[in-house]
Amino acid sequence: MSGRGILTRWICFVGIVGLLGYGLLLALKGSPPDANQGNMIRAFYYHFPNWIGVSVFLPLNLVASIAYLVLRTQNPVAAMKSDALALASAEMGVLYCTLGLVSGSLWGKEAWGIWWTWDARLTSTFVLWLLYVSYLLLRTLIEEPERRALLSALFGIFAFLDVPLVFFSIRWWRTQHPQPVIMGGSGSGLDPTMSKVFFFSVLAMHVLAAFLIVERYVLEKMKSEFDFLAREVEAQ
Amino acid sequence: MKNLDSVFAAYIVGWGVFFVFYLTIAKRTSNLRAELDRLKNSLPRAK
Repeated sequence: MSGRGILTRWICFVGIVGLLGYGLLLALKGSPPDANQGNMIRAFYYHFPNWIGVSVFLPLNLVASIAYLVLRTQNPVAAMKSDALALASAEMGVLYCTLGLVSGSLWGKEAWGIWWTWDARLTSTFVLWLLYVSYLLLRTLIEEPERRALLSALFGIFAFLDVPLVFFSIRWWRTQHPQPVIMGGSGSGLDPTMSKVFFFSVLAMHVLAAFLIVERYVLEKMKSEFDFLAREVEAQ
Repeated sequence: MKNLDSVFAAYIVGWGVFFVFYLTIAKRTSNLRAELDRLKNSLPRAK
């Protein structure tokens, strides 16, 4: 990598660490404790941005999977780029979903006195996590790139069917998980001081996510190029 | 303040996961780049 590339990467890294650090400072010092939950409300500024991350990456996986299916006969190079993006977004989605589930479980232990319960929200989210872990496993099991991309795209579209179920589960059924805090109609919403901390935390987590997904996408594209060249060398 | 240490610890562990993920990607990218350069250099010779 060129010296300029390394410098840019380091500037991004230091900037992101600064954003996250300031976000943590705001969460610990800038937000008032909650009337019911006390300091545990501060976990919200980490827990919820993870789920916003999931709600960005999984639709991105869906769009990239559909793009692969549309482009695969007309423009194979663009189709393989879509496949690389689908993989990068699924991996990021699984990472954010894992952290959301773990942080939610820790918070649940403090707030409800239990680590886990099989209510509609938690169960549909666990199924979502299993589906996308299966998506990643499926990709490791198929050697041939075109076949792997095709089956993964189809599976990605199928896996996404669970996303609306997760989103609406707390609106459709009574759950242990609280009703929506943001966009939950009348009575929902945050105190203005909390809103400021919350939106800053979302921003910091998304800048980190954008950085990571670009890095992961570049790696996957490079891997495709490597596979292509390796096949050419083998053929000679 | 009650629970503040555990909230702080949860943040640090969460960020640690992201950091390890990034290190893994960076290492894989660097190894692959070296392999790719080696392969590109071997192509003209093969021709």
